[in-house]
Amino acid sequence: MLGLVPIALALSSPAKAQNAPDGVDWFKEFGVEQPRPDPVSGELPVKPYTVTDANAGATPFAGSDMARTFGGQDGIHRLAHRLVTLIITDPAIKDIFVATDTRRLERTLYEQVCYILNAGCTYTGREMREAHRQLGLKTHDMNALVEDLQRAMHERGIPFAAQNRLLAKLAPMKRDIVTR
Amino acid sequence: MSGRSTRETERLHPITLSCRISGLLGLFGAVLCGAPAILCGAPAMAEDAGLFDGGKLLLTNGVSTIEGSAGGGLASWAVIPGMETDHGIGLSAFATDVPLRDFNLETHGFAIGLRNRLALGYARENFDTLSAGEALGLGHGYTFRQDIVTARLRLVGDLVYGPQWLPQITLGTDFKHNLNGAVVRLVGAKQSAGTDFTLSATKLVLGSSVLINTTFRLTDANQFGLLGFGGDKNAHRSGQFEGSLAYQMSRRLAIGGEWRTRPDNLGFARETASHDVFVAWAPARHVTLTAAWVDIGPVATFRPQRGAYLSVQIAC
Repeated sequence: MLGLVPIALALSSPAKAQNAPDGVDWFKEFGVEQPRPDPVSGELPVKPYTVTDANAGATPFAGSDMARTFGGQDGIHRLAHRLVTLIITDPAIKDIFVATDTRRLERTLYEQVCYILNAGCTYTGREMREAHRQLGLKTHDMNALVEDLQRAMHERGIPFAAQNRLLAKLAPMKRDIVTR
Repeated sequence: MSGRSTRETERLHPITLSCRISGLLGLFGAVLCGAPAILCGAPAMAEDAGLFDGGKLLLTNGVSTIEGSAGGGLASWAVIPGMETDHGIGLSAFATDVPLRDFNLETHGFAIGLRNRLALGYARENFDTLSAGEALGLGHGYTFRQDIVTARLRLVGDLVYGPQWLPQITLGTDFKHNLNGAVVRLVGAKQSAGTDFTLSATKLVLGSSVLINTTFRLTDANQFGLLGFGGDKNAHRSGQFEGSLAYQMSRRLAIGGEWRTRPDNLGFARETASHDVFVAWAPARHVTLTAAWVDIGPVATFRPQRGAYLSVQIAC
């Protein structure tokens, strides 16, 4: 059993995994610095930006009804986890996330939804336009994500009317997300 | 290589279901039964090329009106038919049967949507007078027929996205050609062909799961054009109103009602507003089934015509 640990470590190390079969570390040869995941969060570092709740791109709901409907922070955690699982396996959009730090994506999605639902979070992610600037997304990419989100919410038993109330907060972000 | 292969499985069984239901609509229904494969098969292969992206959210393509434009059944909406979004091409085909007390209206057609911007459609209406035809001196089962070519141009706005106060606004025209010119002139119609102009505003208000539609139509059509255009009482186009209100119960299910005013041009028979209450269900991405209760008011001196409205739409 313990014998498996070094293998697992080897597989999880990006430097090892990206070594070419010829044994040359091309990243090193060309002086490319490999991003190192944060030892605690496992997230890759990002360029500094101004952290503000305004980056969430929507104003939060008043009161605690929506937070309760979504199962509080615990329910929103599960929702964000399920959503990320769905979008990185959805054939329509999974390619978009090939180079995405999904740990960070899941955390920032959680914070954003939690903040908007007024479930007691602050949003520390980037602004929507900035976060999607280089993705070149089209309307049908956003629609595919909306359908995955609808599926995740449906699976969590969130009533359709409440699902739509959240979507109403996200819909205006389309102009910052869809660039093509 | 970003096809929607997982969604393929979702497509299959409801098509079988829609086949059974469209079977009720006669021969065209039977043809339509094979349509998802014919209509959406080639586009599915082309999805990789991004041409037929099929990316609209369910139900946001609307259903086909009796005149072949996209809408709620009776009322034209500002939506563009087909499942495409702003970089693709969409197709849709429909068959509708409206069995009324004394008549039967059957209509079918197809439409193409380009980049969710421009729509072109064709529809054929067959209005069977059944035994009423005898009473009218036309003969049992005399059928009024009409060809309709529709065009729609989305000017501004988005049904779902964008500011909540800005609806999707679409300008349109319906070119109608009645194939029973001699008879419709005999009952007082001025012309056997006519052109309607429409301006529609439609919005899905997500916060309340409600879809609101208003359409302003300039028309001189008598009974949608089935009894010709213009008349002895009023020869010219007049402004008419079409309103729809729908509630989205789930991704796949919506209920609603519509109201459509119409001109009253012919002296021999009064024409009033028509209305319906409907249920629209999308069992799969490509299929929308609509059932409604419809009242189109009195037709050609006959009592108010009420009945069912059953429609199958295939879209990709």
